[in-house]
Order: sequence, then C-alpha cells, then structure tokens
Amino acid sequence: MHVGLPHFLVVGALLFSLGLYTVATRRNAVGVLMGVELILNGANVNFVAFNRFVTGGVGGQVFALFVIVLAAAEAAVGLAIVLALFQTSRSIDVRLVDTMRE
Amino acid sequence: MNKKLSGALVFGLAVAVFAVLLGLRLAGDLSLAANPSSGALTLQDLFFYLFGATALAGALAVAFSRNILYSGLGLLGALVGAGSLYVLLSADFLAVTQLLVYIGGVLVLVLFAVMLTNRITEVNVSNRSLGLAGGTALLVATLLVLLFVALAGPFVTVTPPALAPTTREIGDAFLTRWLLPFELASLILLATLIGAVVIARKELKPDEPEQA
Repeated sequence: MHVGLPHFLVVGALLFSLGLYTVATRRNAVGVLMGVELILNGANVNFVAFNRFVTGGVGGQVFALFVIVLAAAEAAVGLAIVLALFQTSRSIDVRLVDTMRE
Repeated sequence: MNKKLSGALVFGLAVAVFAVLLGLRLAGDLSLAANPSSGALTLQDLFFYLFGATALAGALAVAFSRNILYSGLGLLGALVGAGSLYVLLSADFLAVTQLLVYIGGVLVLVLFAVMLTNRITEVNVSNRSLGLAGGTALLVATLLVLLFVALAGPFVTVTPPALAPTTREIGDAFLTRWLLPFELASLILLATLIGAVVIARKELKPDEPEQA
C-alpha cells in the first residue's frame, strides 16, 4: 500500500497525542512548552497532508506558516515567563507556582 | 486512589469504544476484494517511514525521557522528522521555514531555557500534575480517537500532483488573499519581541522603590 493521506494523519495523531501527554504529565514548565510544540507540529502535519491530498492549492501551507509564526511567538513569551518565574521563585515546577492564584 | 480509578475507567471505556468501531470497520473492509493499488515499496514510501520513525522517536523521547535535556534533543528529532515529511508533501518552503524558525530559533531557545533554569540533576518527572494514570488514559483515549478518524475518516482524496516548488504560490497568496493576517502576524511578532524582553529582563532595584 502506497503512502497516502492516512499515513500522514497517523503521524500527526501520534505527535499530537504524545504532546498532550507531555503537557499533562510534566511538572517542568519548559517540558510543558515542549509538549505544546509537539501538539502544534502534529496539527501542522495534518494541515499540509490535507492540503496535498484533499484540497490542493496552498491554503493549508499558508495556514501552517501562520501556525509556525504563532508558535515562535508563544515559545518566546513562554520561555521569558519561565525565566522570570525562575528569577523570582528559583523553581519552574508548575505545581509550586500558585502565588497568583486567587 | 480516586484518580487511578477514574483513569482506569476512561482507559477501559476508550478501548472498548475503539474496539467496537475498529471491528465494524474491519468487517466492512474484509468484504472488499484485495486492494488493487497495493504494490512494491517505492523509494518515497521508504523515506516516509524513515522520516515518520524519526519524528515518532523524537516525540517519544520528549514525552517519556527522565532528563529534560534529552527531551529537548528529542524535540530536535521530532521537528526534523516533521520538517522532512513536509518535503514529501510538496511543501518545500514550509520545510525550510520549519528548519529555520523551529530548529534554528525555538529549539535553541528551549535548550537555553533548560540550561538557564535547571540544575539538570534536580529534574524529576515523578509526581506528575495529572498523575501517571490520568496522563496515560488521556494519551490512549486521544490516540485511539485520532487514529480511528485518520484510518476510517470519509475523506475524499484527489490524486496529488507531481512534486513541485510552491514558494511562488505562497508568496502570491500572502500578498493578495492573506495580506491582512500577514501584516497582523508581523505586528504580533513585534509585540512578542518587546513583551519577551520586558518580562525576562532583570529587575532593576526591587528594594528601592522608584517614585517620581
């Protein structure tokens, strides 16, 4: 069986699920951000696969590019927050950081 | 105890639903004749499996590695694998962007954050925020649903055109149809740049209040 749409969708699903698992189980804030990157990549693979096998054109690729841009922005701000967090509390354990709660 | 129980319940439910759906699907498939389109493995298929395995191995390392530094290196594998898959999908510009932005930018940023914030030995993944059982249940449930949709989804596929560069069409699309989002993205990047600097800079003198 030649490689087609389902193959790429399976890869995207695996990336997404593992990213979700990472986000849910990590206590390290940087690890959580890595999980988010995995999720976005899984979604991107799906976008490009659908673009090639279903819709044609470049719409899916354009959307994937926007996702990459927003992911870069998210990573920059997220890591800046992590650094600020580390400077104030000497820890990046997401369970210990609840000073802003309530 | 409660968390474990609920995790096991979700897990069992997801497995049961998936088994039923898959059984129905297989029963429908078996009535069909042998697939005529199945042939020998082409080079492109081989590369797909290679890149897919790279991405998967990287993602597994991100999810399950005990050392956060190894997770970062696993993220490298996942990003390279996904970027290579873009080439197979005739998205060359996207692949290069992935290489430049993700691997050259985001990954380096993540690795720097790891080294700046962590005493590496301190890192542990025990006592997770959702619990190991909850996380695993979430993983299995999501994976089963997504796999079922991917394998059984009613997608009307077209025969893909031959591999061709798409940079020109993407440039046209950005400057005509998606001009407003394109400009907004640049605005967001500027705001992000300033915001990140403001957030991450050192406090000047926290004990001396600056009153004008």
